[in-house]
Amino acid sequence: MIDKLDEVDRRLINTIQLDFPLNSRPFLALGDQIGISETDVIDHLKRLTDVGIIRKIGPIINTAMIGGSSTLIAMRVSDDVIDEVAARINEFDEVSHNYLRPGSYNMWFTVSARSEERLREMVREIDALGCPFLELPVERMFKIGVRFEV
Amino acid sequence: MINQEDGGVKMDESDLKLIRLTQDGIELVPNPFKEIADELGISEAEVIDRIDSLIERGIIRRFGASIGHRTLGIVANAMCAWNVPDERTEEVGAVMAGFDEVSHCYERVRYPEWDYNLYTMIHARTREECEHVAREISRATVISDYTILFSEREFKKTGVRI
Repeated sequence: MIDKLDEVDRRLINTIQLDFPLNSRPFLALGDQIGISETDVIDHLKRLTDVGIIRKIGPIINTAMIGGSSTLIAMRVSDDVIDEVAARINEFDEVSHNYLRPGSYNMWFTVSARSEERLREMVREIDALGCPFLELPVERMFKIGVRFEV
Repeated sequence: MINQEDGGVKMDESDLKLIRLTQDGIELVPNPFKEIADELGISEAEVIDRIDSLIERGIIRRFGASIGHRTLGIVANAMCAWNVPDERTEEVGAVMAGFDEVSHCYERVRYPEWDYNLYTMIHARTREECEHVAREISRATVISDYTILFSEREFKKTGVRI
């Protein structure tokens, strides 16, 4: 897929992850930066969105700043119920990522709740699923992913 | 207002609505903020000012595109968990964060039965590349107790929503 990107695609992707112009005509501004029309920018971005390279253009929210509470949970789920448990976990809007990984704890998911209270409530519901799990909240951040160069 | 009793920063009803209207992505149209402004009953300029202010206050980390790594061929993602002596965490965390292939690096709570405290997310085109990066990190930090947890299935991936 990455091989099918043209130079405009690459420049757009590399630019708009961090420096999306915040003005009334952002796609015109982007076009001016790379020397193409507003319509061309929109067409490129639509195509990149259609194929899933761009998921969305919007705000990346810092839940901690709005009183939210986040954690990573590592859960031990047996193979025969893995789909069922994944479906239950995914039902929570607060779960943003959920992956199957090898090892003694095999289901790894991130939770971003609107409050500590809501997080505790979710943890109780997760506990009721009956699978052993570890709560792994962040103690210190060294790097938060921001941008991928293509 | 939400959760100010929990230490959240000040955000009014319009800020919250603005985030809710944009968090799934703005429209790819010439004036993407116009529709949002109409919805909120404020001007387009005020929408943009509010987004700027949300970024300044740290409520929004950034406003921009979220990328589907898998679609880009960056299909291997490895969560690497490291057992780093507490007194070396600061120094080692900084070294790990310096690797381009590392998108996230966090210190997390450790447990007797899961004695890892530093976590790095490594992204690459292949598992071998991820393993190679982990070996490089191990060499650079002299931390040899680590485990690589590749993602075998993606059950869910969305952005954080409020």
